[in-house]
Amino acid sequence: MKGKVIVITSGKGGVGKTTTTANLGTALAMMNQKVVLIDTDIGLRNLDVVMGLENRIVFDIVDVVNGNCKLKQALIKDKRFEGLYLLPAAQTKDKSAVSPHQMKNLTNELRNSFDFILVDCPAGIEQGFKNAIAGADDAIVVATPEVSSVRDADRIIGLLEAAGLNNPRLIINRLRSKMVKRGDMMDIGDIIEILSIELLGVVPEDETIVISTNKGEPAVIENNSRAGAAYRRIARRIMGENVPIESLDDTGNLVDRFRKMLKLAR
Amino acid sequence: MVLLDILNKIFNRDAVSSKDIARERLRLVLVHDRASVSPEFLNALKEDLIKVIREYLDIDEDALMVNLENEENSVALVANIPVKGFKRAVGV
Ligand SMILES: Nc1ncnc2c1ncn2[C@@H]1O[C@H](COP(=O)(O)OP(=O)(O)OP(=O)(O)O)[C@@H](O)[C@H]1O
Ligand SMILES: [Mg+2]
Repeated sequence: MKGKVIVITSGKGGVGKTTTTANLGTALAMMNQKVVLIDTDIGLRNLDVVMGLENRIVFDIVDVVNGNCKLKQALIKDKRFEGLYLLPAAQTKDKSAVSPHQMKNLTNELRNSFDFILVDCPAGIEQGFKNAIAGADDAIVVATPEVSSVRDADRIIGLLEAAGLNNPRLIINRLRSKMVKRGDMMDIGDIIEILSIELLGVVPEDETIVISTNKGEPAVIENNSRAGAAYRRIARRIMGENVPIESLDDTGNLVDRFRKMLKLAR
Repeated sequence: MVLLDILNKIFNRDAVSSKDIARERLRLVLVHDRASVSPEFLNALKEDLIKVIREYLDIDEDALMVNLENEENSVALVANIPVKGFKRAVGV
């Protein structure tokens, strides 16, 4: 097995990196992939609670790189899906407790037993960011349709390219179609044009994300979560399937929708 | 005035939507971000400028300044190039 290492990053904090990592990882596992999620947000660990696995943590990523335990001992098995694992961040150390070199070795070791290694990156462009991207083959940039978030995404794309991660793909998160419609939120086209980057997917603003995070169950498990459905489609794109970017317009009439479908299918 | 705004909005007539403002501000701020993040860009531009201008003018290369400057709603490339002398015109 020669797994793929994908880092999920954003620059700006709080735009949905951890939510995206948890949902994409779970969706890929639902497609029978072997997946490990790595939380590299040392000191501010969160992926464990979003996944609902916080009570099972014994060892963490710092224990692994320091040789306090074997890598296998630190991997937490998901309670729902076979083949889904979490490597938690340390809560009491700081970002310098791991080096980019150690991250590279760690992800390389994981490649042998997993199809996908998803790395949840901390906010910012310092040490934690450098660690998170060190072993990555591909990068996903998460941004919300706001000036500050898109600006930070642009900076991150530059830094990723400087580090040899040349074709990062974008996920636009928390899009509100009603606001887009009345001209009070940048639309997909605006953002893609400004960043000139490939669009991997669009996730709507959705209450079910909050509800599922409350329960520690990623939204992709819920059949009627719109955000969950968006993440499932993104996972299929990651698997190489050709899934058209959906129209998030839930208010448009049938003719509008049909026209849009034709446009998207080109 | 307020009524006019509302009417403009309803008929979508020259009402500038906030997303257009957002897009425009982003475009401008990114011109700056991208230039300042890669100083090589401005240096390369400067060197090429010198090469071209030297064909026509005798310039003070060390005092030459090239910068991106913010105007109200545009970004300008501002160059200050001290001229020491003109080259003698060769034919026309
Ligand atoms: N599509 C969405 N709809 C509604 N809420 C969302 C959506 N995506 C994320 N959120 C909420 O936004 C908050 C931040 O999300 P998340 O923790 O995933 O961001 P992050 O980028 O990992 O943050 P940090 O930079 O702090 O690590 C969370 O409360 C999450 O539930
Ligand atoms: Mg996070």
